[in-house]
Amino acid sequence: MEVRKLICINCPLGCPLTVTLEEGEVVSVVGNTCPRGESYGRKEVSAPTRTLTSIVRVRNGHLPVVSVKTSADIPKGKIGSVMDAVHRIDADAPIAIGQVLLKDAAGTGADIVATKAIQRV
Amino acid sequence: MERYDLIVVGGGPAGLSAALSARRAGVRDILILERDSELGGILNQCIHSGFGLHTFQEELTGPEYAARYVSQVQQLGIPCRTNTMVLDLSLTASGEKLVTAMNRREGLLSFTARSVVLAMGCRERPRGALNLPGYRPAGIYTAGTAQRLVNMEGFLPGREVVILGSGDIGLIMARRMTLEGARVKAVAELMPYSGGLQRNIVQCLEDFGIPLLLSHTVVDIRGKDRVTGVTLAEVDDGRRPIPGTEEEISCDTLLISCGLLPENELSDKLGVALSPITGGPIVNESLETNVPGVFACGNVLHVHDLVDYVSEEAGRAGACAAAYAARTASSDRDPQAFAEEISLTLRPEGGIRYTVPQTVRPAHMEEALLVRYRVGAVWTDCTVSVWLGDVCIMKQKKKKVTPGEMQQFFLKKEALSAAGASGDIIVRLEKENHGSP
Amino acid sequence: MMYDVIVIGAGVTGCAVARELSRYRLNVLVLEKEEDVCCGTSKANSAVIHAGHDALPGTWKARFNVEGNAMMDRLAEELDFPFRRNGSLVVCLEEERIPELEALLERGRQNGVEGLRIVTGAEIKELEPNLSDEVKAVLYCPTGGIVCPFLMTVALAENAFENGVEFRFGRTVTAVCAAGTADRACWKLSDADGEIYETRCVVNAAGVYADLFNNMVSAHKLTILPRRGEYQLLDKKAGSLVSHTVFQLPGASGKGILVTPTVHGNLLVGPTAQDLTDREGVNTTAEGLAEVMEKGRRSVPSLPGGLTITSFAGLRASEAGHDFVVGEAPDAPGFFNCAGIESPGLSAAPAISVYLADLIAARLQAGVREDVCRTRRGIPCVAQASPEERRELFAQDPAYGNVICRCETVTEGEIRNAIRRPLGARSLDGIKRRTRAGMGRCQAGFCTPKVMEILQEELGLDPFAVSKHGPGSELLVRQNGGENGTI
Repeated sequence: MEVRKLICINCPLGCPLTVTLEEGEVVSVVGNTCPRGESYGRKEVSAPTRTLTSIVRVRNGHLPVVSVKTSADIPKGKIGSVMDAVHRIDADAPIAIGQVLLKDAAGTGADIVATKAIQRV
Repeated sequence: MERYDLIVVGGGPAGLSAALSARRAGVRDILILERDSELGGILNQCIHSGFGLHTFQEELTGPEYAARYVSQVQQLGIPCRTNTMVLDLSLTASGEKLVTAMNRREGLLSFTARSVVLAMGCRERPRGALNLPGYRPAGIYTAGTAQRLVNMEGFLPGREVVILGSGDIGLIMARRMTLEGARVKAVAELMPYSGGLQRNIVQCLEDFGIPLLLSHTVVDIRGKDRVTGVTLAEVDDGRRPIPGTEEEISCDTLLISCGLLPENELSDKLGVALSPITGGPIVNESLETNVPGVFACGNVLHVHDLVDYVSEEAGRAGACAAAYAARTASSDRDPQAFAEEISLTLRPEGGIRYTVPQTVRPAHMEEALLVRYRVGAVWTDCTVSVWLGDVCIMKQKKKKVTPGEMQQFFLKKEALSAAGASGDIIVRLEKENHGSP
Repeated sequence: MMYDVIVIGAGVTGCAVARELSRYRLNVLVLEKEEDVCCGTSKANSAVIHAGHDALPGTWKARFNVEGNAMMDRLAEELDFPFRRNGSLVVCLEEERIPELEALLERGRQNGVEGLRIVTGAEIKELEPNLSDEVKAVLYCPTGGIVCPFLMTVALAENAFENGVEFRFGRTVTAVCAAGTADRACWKLSDADGEIYETRCVVNAAGVYADLFNNMVSAHKLTILPRRGEYQLLDKKAGSLVSHTVFQLPGASGKGILVTPTVHGNLLVGPTAQDLTDREGVNTTAEGLAEVMEKGRRSVPSLPGGLTITSFAGLRASEAGHDFVVGEAPDAPGFFNCAGIESPGLSAAPAISVYLADLIAARLQAGVREDVCRTRRGIPCVAQASPEERRELFAQDPAYGNVICRCETVTEGEIRNAIRRPLGARSLDGIKRRTRAGMGRCQAGFCTPKVMEILQEELGLDPFAVSKHGPGSELLVRQNGGENGTI
């Protein structure tokens, strides 16, 4: 039996979770105050994921860059390759909030979407 | 001179929310004055997610959260002047507020307003205010300045980084700089606990193997042109560096994330009384300052951890400002008359550092008043209680409270009326297993 | 090309001498190792114009201090820099030391300082309400003043430049040697980049390095000891804690710590005194900063340490003979020293410059020019302008309506002006010293990105060339996701 102590990162509460595993299988998650905490605990010990945010340089925009995020959580181990993909994005204004700037970033299935509107100038 | 019912100073999350709620409460003539080129304030550079769980029940990034408010402001047609710096606030002979501002398009501007909402936000405590010894080379940035450079200009200000202070901005920037290819060698924190959220310690430091050195500070900064290194040392209980614990770390950048200071220079000019503890105005249940018709909300009032709470608080301030503007418009009643009413002072005791609001006029409060507070140290298994004389009117058990996390309780109007109408309201954190004093 | 005079060092003394030399038909070059004027001792000092009671009668210090003090009103008027005669007080905290205060008064009178008197009893608090109750007597010096050392130095340099003096920055002089022939002597200087300069006269205004140059050419050796002084600068909220410059009675434990308002409304406390060997040792220390506050509180107990917005250290160029070394080296004709210019050097600079320029002009038999413009206008200051003046400035250029530094209310117009004017700013610090952008309570946190952008635009720089104070102090390393130093 293996016991892992985690802090839930779903919300600012930061619940301290205790995840118990037996032969690699999660048998219990305690310490969470909501269902998201339990699923976080289960995922974190097996296949941890994160939302990634960054920026992308924009041509012809009212601002030089646009902020972006992954449309879904990506595997923690893929953060580096997704960042590389983000850096290679070539964006041209106008850009709408929610617009997909890159599909399926680094094979994660997650898209890179704009989190800000950029007007063309 | 342009006249308004309400002028909101600052177009960040507090100002936007205050303006929206004032408009919804029926105020027609509102003007938002914003010094930056766009509305949204500091959210524009907070590209990370974690905003909006309370307000929108979903997790948004800073720019997305700001956009929701900005689009409402636009839909309701509330006028804004961006790139406009407010230079002075004063009172006219008739008690109206005179706002002097300036911008590149129109030059010097004067407005009058029945009511003003202060929503100027805060600034970061700079290296100079920390008395960090050493040289003064390039490469020393507050975390927020670095955040602006990386997230809004798209430039990396350093390759090898040490961060002093573990507030949320410092933690967020540790991750952000790492993602952009910098090497963050350590985050040093003077206190024995972090000022940031636990989730940020996990996802910003632990995810990237960045060490968090509690009870550490910077005792020397080297480099005459650009930072070449800093010396960290452990501190004792009195926060004094312990000789012999010094460790030199080579780096080209020092980021400072050592606290935020409400920016109340304008409030001060207007004669607004400030709390030495929060650095923000002393306000009553309506978030109104000692100057009638002048309200405060957001980080200019006291530094918040979560923008959702800022929006909520600012919404109340906007509604109260609307009520004030309506009152002064509909009658010629002297607004000073309110000063004569019964007012109770909330007095923090024990581990409580401060409350906002600081005073309550029972006649003006709603059925339940939200009171926010912070503690001065980490406490575990403790009790927060509220007392009117010998009568305890509220009691809450807390598993753990830390200075970095704002707390709250509701004060019931009926409890106040039952206990009589004078004296102080004591807010006390009871001693049980006191953590670090 | 043969210069008539080369001035080594663009601190306040070098720039003052250059300006006085520009009155004559002379070819003058100023060589400065930093990227701007006012980068050494001149930028980190007490910003005080001393009355002149400190120095021993008969010394250069006494003479030039009192003369320089008397010149300040006219100089500030001509060159448009902030100077205020706020008066100074020397406080005596021990009854038994009052005779020393009286001796200081007597010394001042001998030096020609006017208006000195000793104040005791209730009048002490009338003069300065926040002085310690322990103050037993004060020496009141009505001629004491405060100045902006940056703007004073910049003004001197700009006026010199306008009148034809050439300035070269980033030039570190490494050698000075006699050259020429017996009947036409001259000096050869070389710099770190291998460039050679020839000149008939040299003015050695090299601050903490002045002994090195003197000792290259003269057998009368000098020894400059860099003596570090640490300071704390407090928020304008504390700026009116005292209205006079408050000195402590100098004693066995040094000159004491002064507490003074600045011309811009802050409060300055310092300096410590620590002898160093490092001529670039302008780092502050925990001990020094603690000492500043602790000793400052002896005269002004309510000093609010929490209102410190920045701290800094400067090096005094202290010569072993304890006096200024001014004039031609006896065994090096045409080599003029202004060395050992420690306190009261800022006060003395105007008088030193006139004295030296006259000497040099006489030696070179230079005629006086008739086309010299002795006045200069500074950068408009929006923060201190009246509403009418603000409207006028805005009408001239809308950039004067765009506030960039919110703490000090510095506009885009002022920043662009600071860059475009003669010997204009090239870096964040250059802008800061000329306009105060970044000098306020947030210490450039908010305005840094905006000032960087203006510098890029005005100077045609790429973002990675923008620096804090010249080469080596660049602020950015690369674009996100890009290569180092590329776009």
